[in-house]
Amino acid sequence: MLELVNISKNYNPGSVNELCLFKDFNLTIEGGEFVSVVGSNGSGKTSMLNIICGSIDVDGGKILVGGQDITPRKDYIRQRRIGRVYQDPAKGTCPAMTILENLSLADNKGKPYNLGRGVNKARTEAYREMLRPLNLGLEDKLGVQVGSLSGGQRQALALLMATMTPIDFLILDEHTAALDPKTAEIIMELTDRVVREKKVTTIMVTHNLRYAVEYGTRLLMMHEGKVILDKAGAQKKQLDTEEIMGIFNRISVECGN
Amino acid sequence: MALILSVLEQGMIYGILALGVYITYKILDFPDLTVDGSFPFGAAITVRIISSSTIPPILILPIAFLAGALVGMCTGLIHVKLKVRDLLSGIIMMTGLYTINLWIAGSAYVPIFNKESIFDNAFINGIFTGALADFKTVLIIFVIMLVAKYLLDWYMHTKSGFLLRAVGDNDTIVTSLGVDKGLVKIVGLSIANGLVALSGCIYAQQQRGFEISIGTGAVVIGLASVIIGTSIFKHATFLRVTSGVIIGSILYKACVALAMFAGIDANAIKLITATLFLVILVVSMDRKRGK
Repeated sequence: MLELVNISKNYNPGSVNELCLFKDFNLTIEGGEFVSVVGSNGSGKTSMLNIICGSIDVDGGKILVGGQDITPRKDYIRQRRIGRVYQDPAKGTCPAMTILENLSLADNKGKPYNLGRGVNKARTEAYREMLRPLNLGLEDKLGVQVGSLSGGQRQALALLMATMTPIDFLILDEHTAALDPKTAEIIMELTDRVVREKKVTTIMVTHNLRYAVEYGTRLLMMHEGKVILDKAGAQKKQLDTEEIMGIFNRISVECGN
Repeated sequence: MALILSVLEQGMIYGILALGVYITYKILDFPDLTVDGSFPFGAAITVRIISSSTIPPILILPIAFLAGALVGMCTGLIHVKLKVRDLLSGIIMMTGLYTINLWIAGSAYVPIFNKESIFDNAFINGIFTGALADFKTVLIIFVIMLVAKYLLDWYMHTKSGFLLRAVGDNDTIVTSLGVDKGLVKIVGLSIANGLVALSGCIYAQQQRGFEISIGTGAVVIGLASVIIGTSIFKHATFLRVTSGVIIGSILYKACVALAMFAGIDANAIKLITATLFLVILVVSMDRKRGK
């Protein structure tokens, strides 16, 4: 279970550009939930993910995981139990390393990075088996540098790498936004399958309202640092894209964009 | 003949320095000016030990490496913990080391003639007799260079080495893997400056002395070697990058020797170095990895 308690966050404090994004922000996510988060630009979606992952510090409040306060922990320590996929496919993989080397790196997460051999040959076949269901032909390209793959292939690999080792949360930060519609669809289906198989608690930020409605067990809409819509379970199933679109347009108009 | 041997000797000694620069410049994407201080640092420690103790010369090599690693660690700590920019961290260390090198060596010029060195001791002189004696220095340097290169190649294929490659490539992923990226950078800088100091150690023994000015422009020689090595052998799959870097260093030394041979004033050496570096940069178009 993840709890954000009374979170407050100001950008550029003390300057004319001061922006209060969160003030007493509260959110509880139960274990096993697949939460899709939508909202306009600047609504605080990505900031929320960064706060959970420790990429940005909070000015006040607490982040609890299973009741334990993780607020003082550094980003890299928190991320030992978090898998994250970014909007930019380049962020989730190492371009100058091969697919095999990338997978080996990710496979070792949580264990010491010592002077043992970087690539465990015995695992190669297991990696092939992981890549095969993607249907991208990556299983035959283990020795290819990741930098030469397409955005979709890299993003599929990034998703695989983020979920290879046991994690408490999967954080998806607009992970289909930089892909063409067809590839985005493939990645989204892959995401859904991975989340079901691993039963991992997932938070997905997306600009695609249809994905937000179709996938996941809970839907949040954020606006100016507040949750303005929160539907889970049966209530969420009744939602349709049109309705969400309507609410989304209404707040956007109020906001003037 | 003597000229070729001298080019090979110098080229391979600076090749070890270039391996260090390769780690910082190419892998970590960190312009590390510490090199201008850690190269003479290795040399200063060497002449100090040789002239004041009876430690076997071969043991000075790992000592110099460790001392250099310590210096690299300081640069890393300044950059990571005190959040000083990469270029400035190196400049601070380079400037400070100038004084430290003078303290360690004792003065700006310290000769070590008639002392035992890795090139001149009872054991080595026993093996290399007669006609072989001329090739003694170059062969010993070759062996040390090979060991350094293979150790680095081996390290780059360990788990820790993978992280080092990852941190320069995409440091976000290192954080995602639950590892402190600052620590990985510090490790990389330590290994790099360890190699540089090792190179300085061999240089002092080959030149039979320490001179404070050897540090000036060391980083430029290293960068030029790395850029020649990585751009000429970009498509050569049979060669590891590390071999390319060392060959780059030999080629670079050959160019300088050629210029000197053509009768250019010895005082102009730094100007030639700078010009040559500029030409190499323009030709290889490797001014900055555009992303």
